[in-house]
Amino acid sequence: MHVTSSVRPPLVTGGKKYEDVTQDICKQVEGAPSTAWKIAFTFSLVILFYGGYCLWTTWYEGIGMWGLNKTIGWSWDITNFVWWVGIGHAGTLISAILLLFRQKWRTSINRAAEAMTIFAVLCAATFIIAHMGRPWLGYWVLPLPNAFGSLWVNFNSALMWDVFAISTYFTVSLVFWYVGLIPDFATIRERATGIRRKIYGALSFNWDGSAKTWSRYEAVSLVLAGVSTPLVLSVHTIVSMDFATSIIPGWHTTIFPPYFVAGAIFSGFAMVLTLMLVTRVLYNLEDYITIEHIESMNKVILTTGSIVGVAYLTEFFIAWYSGVYYEAFAFQNRAFGPYWWAYASMMTCNVITPQLFWFRKVRRSLMWTFILSIIVNIGMWFERFVIICTSLHRDFLPSSWAMFSPTMYDVGDYLFTFGFFFTCFLLFAKYFPVINMAEVKAIIKSSSEHKK
Amino acid sequence: MEKGNNFLVGIYDDEDVLLEAVGKVKKSGVKIHECYTPFPVHGLDDAMGYHYSNLPIAGFLFGMTGTICALTMMIGMMGFDWPMDIGGRPYIPLPDFIPITFELTVLLCALGMTGTFFVVSDLKPWGTPRMFDPRSVDHKFVMAIDLAANKQDAASITSILKNSGATEVNKKSFE
Repeated sequence: MHVTSSVRPPLVTGGKKYEDVTQDICKQVEGAPSTAWKIAFTFSLVILFYGGYCLWTTWYEGIGMWGLNKTIGWSWDITNFVWWVGIGHAGTLISAILLLFRQKWRTSINRAAEAMTIFAVLCAATFIIAHMGRPWLGYWVLPLPNAFGSLWVNFNSALMWDVFAISTYFTVSLVFWYVGLIPDFATIRERATGIRRKIYGALSFNWDGSAKTWSRYEAVSLVLAGVSTPLVLSVHTIVSMDFATSIIPGWHTTIFPPYFVAGAIFSGFAMVLTLMLVTRVLYNLEDYITIEHIESMNKVILTTGSIVGVAYLTEFFIAWYSGVYYEAFAFQNRAFGPYWWAYASMMTCNVITPQLFWFRKVRRSLMWTFILSIIVNIGMWFERFVIICTSLHRDFLPSSWAMFSPTMYDVGDYLFTFGFFFTCFLLFAKYFPVINMAEVKAIIKSSSEHKK
Repeated sequence: MEKGNNFLVGIYDDEDVLLEAVGKVKKSGVKIHECYTPFPVHGLDDAMGYHYSNLPIAGFLFGMTGTICALTMMIGMMGFDWPMDIGGRPYIPLPDFIPITFELTVLLCALGMTGTFFVVSDLKPWGTPRMFDPRSVDHKFVMAIDLAANKQDAASITSILKNSGATEVNKKSFE
């Protein structure tokens, strides 16, 4: 039996009953696409095709199309990769870690957040494939027998760990997401007719909702949440090791793993908020994604944002305290060198503005939340740019110091991932149930207005 | 499990009523075929007499398989098949192998356990499910009674179901 303190505000408002949940979520899947959806979808497709042209050119001509030079060998590509992977982390945090902590507010947002995870990881993978330069040889990262000896991949390399981490993360997230979708597809199947019934029938894997299957489903969900929790922490830890295991001043930092994980959750929650605030209004989901949900997410943003802020200051302190000249130079150069504006943007967007969430009014304001969530996303992009580009651009030999200027292909490849992400998200929002109906129904008795 | 083809289907409006009904119906000597609910009802598995799923054990064994495969692969490739002298460091640097070992453990555990779940629960993209009442994936809680598995006749089971709180009792048979 669920027992919830009466002090806690309800998570589902509007006096919803079980059939109302089904009706409210299914009507989005069953109705014709709205004009707003069509406009957004067309816009996403245009960006996708323009970006697709740029990405194709990058693949065809090589990464010389990017603004890289011999000093700056990694720039927007890896910045965008880390940014997208970080955004993905919120989905797993919400669905896995909050499940282990029995946080009921996750039920209304986990479905969309997990979808976001999957699309964001695919966007991240685009840059990994593209930055190889010869994408058709991408399979060389796999330990396959080959004609060179066999000369195996180097398992000592953090980049190799990344290959396994990202692909495992993608697969496990997809499985977790799909297992959760099966009962909801069955709900849609029983309401549909004709070809739609066939499609949702196949997607629902013959789900009948028997007590035995539910019991197994719960066991599987719990174990998947249990393995996803260390997995999500390991993924961004390993991403940070791409930098931390190198000897570049500014990268060679033991603080990176926790700092990157906190930053990933920070940016991921910001992206979830950006998307959910829009979906909530367009789909009339105010009774399911309430101000309480938004406030809870803002609290996570405030916490992780503050962790990130402490990490920035610690890095700076250690650069001085270590007494290593090169380390100190790298950090002075970050803050006061030619890329001072990127550093200042990062500090403002990630450390200063999220502190506004200490005010309850700001946490509960839709407009402020929306604005701040976008600012956080911008700030987190700058964080990765600052770490990657400003650590490289003034290297060990002053004669090779350089600046980075992006070309239209850098911008275009980034736009491609936006087009891809929003196209996928819009298709998801139209054809899949955006809220986990079964899980929301399960909390109605304990966490809605008419609890018994 | 599938004995007969004639079922009585009790429809309940509330999961707590169903939960109590399972006990009442069992007490009156009626064997329940299965219950169908739109969401996991906690305590229903206990009431139905199901033991906790063994799937986590399957997950553990698949995970161990992943661990062993990963370590065997990396130790075999870097330690024996093509050892590389990198600054005189060991050919088998175990700490470096931990991340990939962990990832493959998680990967095989998740895929294996979910695959096992699909197989044992007969979840597959083809075929048609046996739905006793389509509302059981929406807002109703359904108890199915196999008439062939019970000695009592349909009329007396119907009254037992009604007395336990069922709002409707329907007959159902599959083709």
